[in-house]
Amino acid sequence: MSAVAAPAISVDRLGKRFGDFAALSDVSFDVGPGEVMGFLGPNGAGKSTLIRILCGLLRPSSGQARVAGLDVAADPEAVRRRIGYMSQRFSLYDDLSVAENLRFFGRIYGVSARDIGERLRTAIEMADLAGREDVLAGSLAGGWKQRLALGCAILHRPQVLFLDEPTSGVDPSSRRRFWSLIHDLAGQGVSVLVSTHYMDEAEYCMRVAMIAAGRLIALGAPHELKQRSAGGTLLEVACADTARALEIAATVAGVRDAAVFGNTVHVTAAAPDARDALLAALGATGLSGATVRAIAPSMEDMFVHLVQAARAPAEGRSTA
Amino acid sequence: MRGRRIVAVARKEALQVVRDPRSLMIALLLPLMQMFLLGYGVKLDVDRIPLCVVDEDGSQASRDLVQRFTSSRYFALREVDRTVAPAARRIDLGECRLALVLPPRLAERLDSGQGATLQLLVDGTDSNTATIAAGYARSVIDTHATMLQLQALERHGYPTHALKPLDVRPRVWFNEDLESSYFIIPGVVALVMSVIGSQLSSLTIAREWERGTMELLVSTPVTRLELMIGKLAPYFAIGLVDAAICVLVAVGWFGVPFRGALVTLLGTTCLFLAVVLAIGYLVSVSIRSQVGASQVALVLTMLPTTLLSGFTFPIDQMPAFVQGVTALVSARYYVTILKAIFLKGSTALELALPIVCLTLYAAVVVALAARAFRKTLD
Repeated sequence: MSAVAAPAISVDRLGKRFGDFAALSDVSFDVGPGEVMGFLGPNGAGKSTLIRILCGLLRPSSGQARVAGLDVAADPEAVRRRIGYMSQRFSLYDDLSVAENLRFFGRIYGVSARDIGERLRTAIEMADLAGREDVLAGSLAGGWKQRLALGCAILHRPQVLFLDEPTSGVDPSSRRRFWSLIHDLAGQGVSVLVSTHYMDEAEYCMRVAMIAAGRLIALGAPHELKQRSAGGTLLEVACADTARALEIAATVAGVRDAAVFGNTVHVTAAAPDARDALLAALGATGLSGATVRAIAPSMEDMFVHLVQAARAPAEGRSTA
Repeated sequence: MRGRRIVAVARKEALQVVRDPRSLMIALLLPLMQMFLLGYGVKLDVDRIPLCVVDEDGSQASRDLVQRFTSSRYFALREVDRTVAPAARRIDLGECRLALVLPPRLAERLDSGQGATLQLLVDGTDSNTATIAAGYARSVIDTHATMLQLQALERHGYPTHALKPLDVRPRVWFNEDLESSYFIIPGVVALVMSVIGSQLSSLTIAREWERGTMELLVSTPVTRLELMIGKLAPYFAIGLVDAAICVLVAVGWFGVPFRGALVTLLGTTCLFLAVVLAIGYLVSVSIRSQVGASQVALVLTMLPTTLLSGFTFPIDQMPAFVQGVTALVSARYYVTILKAIFLKGSTALELALPIVCLTLYAAVVVALAARAFRKTLD
């Protein structure tokens, strides 16, 4: 097997239990070199647990995970030298300055005395922290903290980067900027595994893994997933009473499922002519002001659909 | 093990200490405060015992005896009463520890050679002081009685210069003036070192957990040995500065003689520091909150050092079982060493036994501390 083709991350039937609680079950996937893989799922789905296992912070209960070709359970120290990690909570030293934090992590990761000055300059430039080298990390605003944390995670030029919800609590413009930094790193051949609960951020990823209740429920490029998940036509119903519209939609023949999205109802229909039937049904019950139009599915639609699809067979299994 | 990583951790830890007022206070102010408080507070000398006299005779003879007491530095005469009742009240109120009752017709009985019995009322609530005070009073009265006997013999024409009673001339070694502070202060140095050392290191791991920085730290390639050495290095340096402060206060302020070699002091202090820092580190690894860790470390070091190290209570007078327990108190060896270096000027060779014990102790706790930390979040 050539070095180029070897996956940067290879996860095989990975599971993790905390007592009776299965935080992860039977998760398998690969991430290639230079790939940006997104982990999408609600809070508590198991994203952080998975990332912590891959960083060697937690031991897997079952299955195997290899990062940079090394088994994380067997040789976590060797793995740690090759990865960068940004934890969900800001974990740098608040009472150390920007430069002191960078220098500390650089040294800990074994960057040589000769290289460290230049690496520091690069990181400060990348994170746009020039002029703030001596500011205490604790007094930086959210977006700056995030970029500093990324800077600390890449000083040693890791092959694989794990980012656990790096953009949570950060304003939209900082988020966009952060994602462009991630893509720059991927362009340099770094594999990035990033988790988020912002559905729109999935669009920034080359591939997306959807995770719910500790299970991998879908894996693919964002556009693939949307096509696959649609399984019919997606209709958006706009009306004053979404709860009533939801009830009515469920009774219409040809409707696969319906869910409230903000102040609209998204209806997945098996047949194209369901739109007329839906309009008629809504009109017949007095919701005449309602409009129905076909829309392109969003990541959120896809997620809701996949979670519902995944739940049905899972429940079937548990009663068997 | 990589030197660079140890240096990185040590430098980071030092920066954090410098920027944390609480750590700085523990490091520099606390030892000074403790040295002065304990140096003055813990005194085993019994002198200027408050005394009252019940003089029911009111003669020249009774006044002569009272004069004996007032001229002794061990007693402070508060009041001379004519009846017992007010004196008893003074003892009840704690104003006096001792009341000397001189019976009526004292002078008459002495002159007639009948002899007299004096009564000594002693407040025994503090049995140690009571015993010492009664002993002092008895010796003052004995001296006076001997003098009266000699005077009587002289009056009857005996050549008293020919009488040679037994005489003892005690010569006290090492602490010539029997100053209890000379004996206490080296112990205070040990107490301060054990409290400060364990307090400083008890915060170091707990702080990382509490502030959420541990998650990132365990994801780096730093090994647990590198982490421990790097984290303890700055505290070791601070501990040596504290030791210097303590010794300077002991010698410069309290006037405790220093008769041994500085090298022996430095070497043994390093050993003891290793022990207490490792104990604090062990606590810090096991208890993930700073307040909890600091309290546990305080109880683990302060209590045994105060009670079981021979600092205040001599070990050879403890019950055999308790003596066995003191073998597990590291401060016991350090207190022995410090007292010997300060007062006797003992050499390292003479102190071989406690030094070997302390070295073994250090080896064990440092090894335990090095293995205690697990680089995982499980």
